[in-house]
Amino acid sequence: MKNNIYFKGIRDSLPIALGYYAVSITIGIAAAKAGMSLFQSGLASALNFTSTGEFAGFNLIAACGSYIEMALMQLIINARYILMSASLSQKLSPGVSVFKRLVMGMGVTDEIFGISIAAEGELDPMYTIGAITLTIPAWTLGTLTGAVLGSILPEIIVNALGVSLFGMFIAVFIPPARKNKVIASIVVISFVLSYIFNKLPIFGFISDGTKIIILTAVISFFAAVLFPIDTEEDESYEK
Amino acid sequence: MKNNPYIYILIMAAVTYSVRVLPLTLIRKRIKNRLLRSFLYYVPYVTLSVMTFPAILSASGSVVSAAAALVVGIAAAFFGASLFVVAAGCSLTVFVIEAILMFV
Repeated sequence: MKNNIYFKGIRDSLPIALGYYAVSITIGIAAAKAGMSLFQSGLASALNFTSTGEFAGFNLIAACGSYIEMALMQLIINARYILMSASLSQKLSPGVSVFKRLVMGMGVTDEIFGISIAAEGELDPMYTIGAITLTIPAWTLGTLTGAVLGSILPEIIVNALGVSLFGMFIAVFIPPARKNKVIASIVVISFVLSYIFNKLPIFGFISDGTKIIILTAVISFFAAVLFPIDTEEDESYEK
Repeated sequence: MKNNPYIYILIMAAVTYSVRVLPLTLIRKRIKNRLLRSFLYYVPYVTLSVMTFPAILSASGSVVSAAAALVVGIAAAFFGASLFVVAAGCSLTVFVIEAILMFV
């Protein structure tokens, strides 16, 4: 039973692993540009496992930024993981051990969060741990590939693999939006506000990571005030 | 002054891992507050939507192929396609359209 869920996590994460492999090639190229060795770029990806955070981090390393700057930058860029992690904590049975929480915590990435939160009812941490098993090595291997091969790969392949990550996001929020009109409206509002926020030059000084945090907090807050979840949705979320 | 890359990497990893793991380990009970519960219920949908659009439009070589991938992905997910099929459909769309654009 446990094994089944673990292997289901591995299977569901296969497209994520492929997408990560493609995306992390660009990460590897960025690491090489920042003057990091092959070992350092692989180590950074294995330990950090985040695209935006690593991109920004490598830029700061290249610019010889201070350690404090690095810590603050990572905190701001990755602050959305606080919300995701808190959200995941509500999908777990209270009895789940600290050890399992510490291991599955490595998998709080946009995509693995996406498939974990989409699991029916209560989340078995083994599912998320299964997803990590394949994706962290893929992420690390892609980084090494990028650091070695540079930009030899045909662009069309990299482009095609790059959008698959967004396909995974879409596959998570569209099915519930189809069933629930509130979620459908929230998706549309999020698209519109995100577009405005990204295109208006007056918001240009805000980093992408911070934009995601602000929009997520504001839109979710208003949705929670206007449409607090009733017991029915409560149950489906808790089961 | 050149800083040590390993210290940079360790700082990055320590901050990123803490942010990921602290809420998961510290929040062990069901949150009772209805507003907070509702907020956390909506967070995933909002954050995934916000990250998808308009970022997807600049994820491939052209806005046209990316926009087509967005439409194909939404349609496929709407009609119940699995995660893998939706993701692969988006990739295939970009590949086909960019291949066509190359020869036009």
